[in-house]
Amino acid sequence: MGFQPVKFYQTGTYTVGNRLLSDAERSVQGGELRSNSINSGHRACQGCGEALGARYAIDAAMAGSNNQLIAVNATGCLEVFSTPYPESSWQVPWIHSLFGNAPAVATGVAAAMKVKGRTEVRVVAQGGDGSTTDIGFGCLSGMFERNDDVLYICYDNEAYMNTGVQRSSATPPAARTATTMPVGAEPGNPFGQGKNLPEIAMAHGIPYVATATVADLRDLEYKVRRAMTIRGARYIHLSVPCPLGWGTASSDTIRIARLAKECGMFPVFEAEYGEVTGVSKIRHQVAVEDYLKPQKRFAHLFGKTPHPETVARIQAIADRNIRKYGLLEEGGN
Amino acid sequence: MSNRPFAITLKPGTSLANLTGTWRTERPVYLSRLPPCNNACPAGENIQGWLFHAESGDYEQAWRVLVQNNPLPAVMGRVCYHPCENACNRGQLDSSVGINSVERFLGDEAIKQGWKFDAPLPATGKRVLVVGAGPSGLSAAYHLARIGHRVEIHEAGPLAGGMMRFGIPKYRLPREVLDAEVQRILDLGVTLKLNTRIENIELSMKNGGFDAAFLAVGAHIAKRTYIPSGDAAHIVDAVSVLRSMEGEEKPMLGRRVVVYGGGNTAIDVARTAKRLGATEAIIVYRRTREKMPAHDFEVEEALQEGVMIKWLSTIKQAEVGSLTVERMELDEHGVPQPTGEFETMEADSLVLALGQDVDLSLLEGVSGLEIINGTVQVSNNMMTGHPGIFAGGDMVPSERTVTVAVGHGKKAARHIDAWLQGAKFEPAAKSEIATFDKLNPWYYSDADKTVRPMLDIIRRQTSFDEVQGGLNETNALFEARRCLSCGNCFECDNCYGVCPDNAVIKLGPGKGFQFNYDYCKGCGLCVAECPCGAIAMVPEET
Repeated sequence: MGFQPVKFYQTGTYTVGNRLLSDAERSVQGGELRSNSINSGHRACQGCGEALGARYAIDAAMAGSNNQLIAVNATGCLEVFSTPYPESSWQVPWIHSLFGNAPAVATGVAAAMKVKGRTEVRVVAQGGDGSTTDIGFGCLSGMFERNDDVLYICYDNEAYMNTGVQRSSATPPAARTATTMPVGAEPGNPFGQGKNLPEIAMAHGIPYVATATVADLRDLEYKVRRAMTIRGARYIHLSVPCPLGWGTASSDTIRIARLAKECGMFPVFEAEYGEVTGVSKIRHQVAVEDYLKPQKRFAHLFGKTPHPETVARIQAIADRNIRKYGLLEEGGN
Repeated sequence: MSNRPFAITLKPGTSLANLTGTWRTERPVYLSRLPPCNNACPAGENIQGWLFHAESGDYEQAWRVLVQNNPLPAVMGRVCYHPCENACNRGQLDSSVGINSVERFLGDEAIKQGWKFDAPLPATGKRVLVVGAGPSGLSAAYHLARIGHRVEIHEAGPLAGGMMRFGIPKYRLPREVLDAEVQRILDLGVTLKLNTRIENIELSMKNGGFDAAFLAVGAHIAKRTYIPSGDAAHIVDAVSVLRSMEGEEKPMLGRRVVVYGGGNTAIDVARTAKRLGATEAIIVYRRTREKMPAHDFEVEEALQEGVMIKWLSTIKQAEVGSLTVERMELDEHGVPQPTGEFETMEADSLVLALGQDVDLSLLEGVSGLEIINGTVQVSNNMMTGHPGIFAGGDMVPSERTVTVAVGHGKKAARHIDAWLQGAKFEPAAKSEIATFDKLNPWYYSDADKTVRPMLDIIRRQTSFDEVQGGLNETNALFEARRCLSCGNCFECDNCYGVCPDNAVIKLGPGKGFQFNYDYCKGCGLCVAECPCGAIAMVPEET
């Protein structure tokens, strides 16, 4: 894959910065002059993965577009906590319309820029998993199908968080939400439902699809910047743990995101025109149990009446990802 | 009438008006924890501190930070038993950082480049007598001279170095390295008087007009044990064998040499005998390998060179050409007990390596001294019971190593300086140790320790060339960069990056970071993701 990690300068490219690297090798986030697209004073919860992921992604998009960027936002946590009218944390041109129409609005913004001859201005649309996988899915599929010149970023925290943690089609099996309570024979969210949006995006044959995580900044920045070099519809699916909805400590957000990748539940890869072109390998493999246990939304699997068979089913999903994407194979990164 | 656009009734504004710092119940604070290597160093080196500069390739700055505590890095990089590496947190990750080999690289680089110590502080007018030019005396002289005191070293022997010259064989410490580091100390303005034995310390101080004295005469008298022997049996002691290696006449030990004892000196003398041409060098030791006081790697190197060790044996009698040896057995307390089973060994000479005593003759008649088991007692400030007379190194109760001696010299120098000013030196309180659980090891690249080259075995058996090689610039840099920087910020930008609230201010290279408590919500992500444990959460004041 295109991102060449630095293997050994004490921490290499694992950390945000590294005083031993040359300027060209440094991250956007490590720079004193990063754009801080989403500013202090926003009302996201302590340790919010989405607030962090949004700054990582939009700062990288700013760097990748010579600061000529317009952001379109769907309804959701990100919109609510960043912009309680008349305040806003955004330091980029930013527009919000409805819950379900962000891809269509972004299409319109891109068309307007084209008409005005302002092709240097790039358009990013962003939303949570609710607006992306459920409510705005029709508009998004249309945007893909028309190959509109928009980068769509989904911040996936696996449920509707700001309205009180209701299930979305990105909620994982067995997870407790307000609408999938841990009762009955199969407690929590049922198996076999939901959508895998990165694969659906790939099925549209668009130029670029990638998954990324707040636990791997350098990979995330590489993918956003790479997406900004491409014209047409692009999609990045970002894993952003939610301390509130997942029931984790606010200081654990990045650790949990890391465990999601290292156990195989969240495969990190990139694809061009529907074909996988790069995979981020697992570095220190862990069992899904290590990932699930710190999260209260899975507490019913380990309580007084544990459900080892359910844990085994989740492990099988991780094992399938590992097989399918070659997450443990030699070579690659 | 409002002139705002249609349907806009409030003035738009930035979220900076919303001070989210008020949400906080705990606040992150930057701190420095004590790295385990620094904590373990008997010479009190700031190891993490000098490795930090070596990591960026600034070897001179690294060396300057190193010599703030220890003036003998090239010696130390060869003879120190590196307790720092045993304490190193990286040992729990893959293998400890090769601190000792980087230290040697820096020491050698300093000799090669001719780096000099920083100029001493202005003269204080005080004069200090140092007795003995071994590691402890040289270290004290160095530290006293840097503060501005006039220092005179009186050495009974013909050359400086003490046990570093007359105890440690050349194959472990080449003499040109020792000479270079001693000379650099003398260049600070320290006077060295060789072949000058102090008969009476009080008299010498009075006659010389010294304000204080530091005694570091070492332990050079070999311990003896009674072994019935014929008149012509060739019995010598290890100290004089190793000392005579520095003279014109090499010791005559013969073809079969038996060494009696189990410490590092026994190993040194057996390896020396092998190099002098002995076909057999056999160490006789009354206990087992596990109980041997010698360091395991030295035992291993000796065995590689063909030294043989006879475990669980004591020597009962020595005759011309042969020894009578009794087999021992460990009892339930691990104490060797005689079995009554005897055997005869052929031996041209017997070398006793049974430990050393201190020559205390210079202290005769000095009031207030306390001597227990042949060593001079000192209090916490390294001062003997006699005001103004301090002591350190092998002559006070301690582990007898070069590094401990160097540490004594530094500690004594600080207390002597305070004493000369009529003050008391209070060492800074030690901060909390940066234990492995304080780190986030995910962020460190996987990199195994660099192995130092060893001289080939034939040359090890036949010459006094240095056994262990050094690192070159490339692998010394690699090794330095294996340091985890435990407990001390190395500017990886993680806190600055992972804060969801932009509440970490980056102050620029070398200046570190600062929290913006107006917006910090106290989530603790920066603490959790700090690789080296240089941030802690503390409760917010109510």
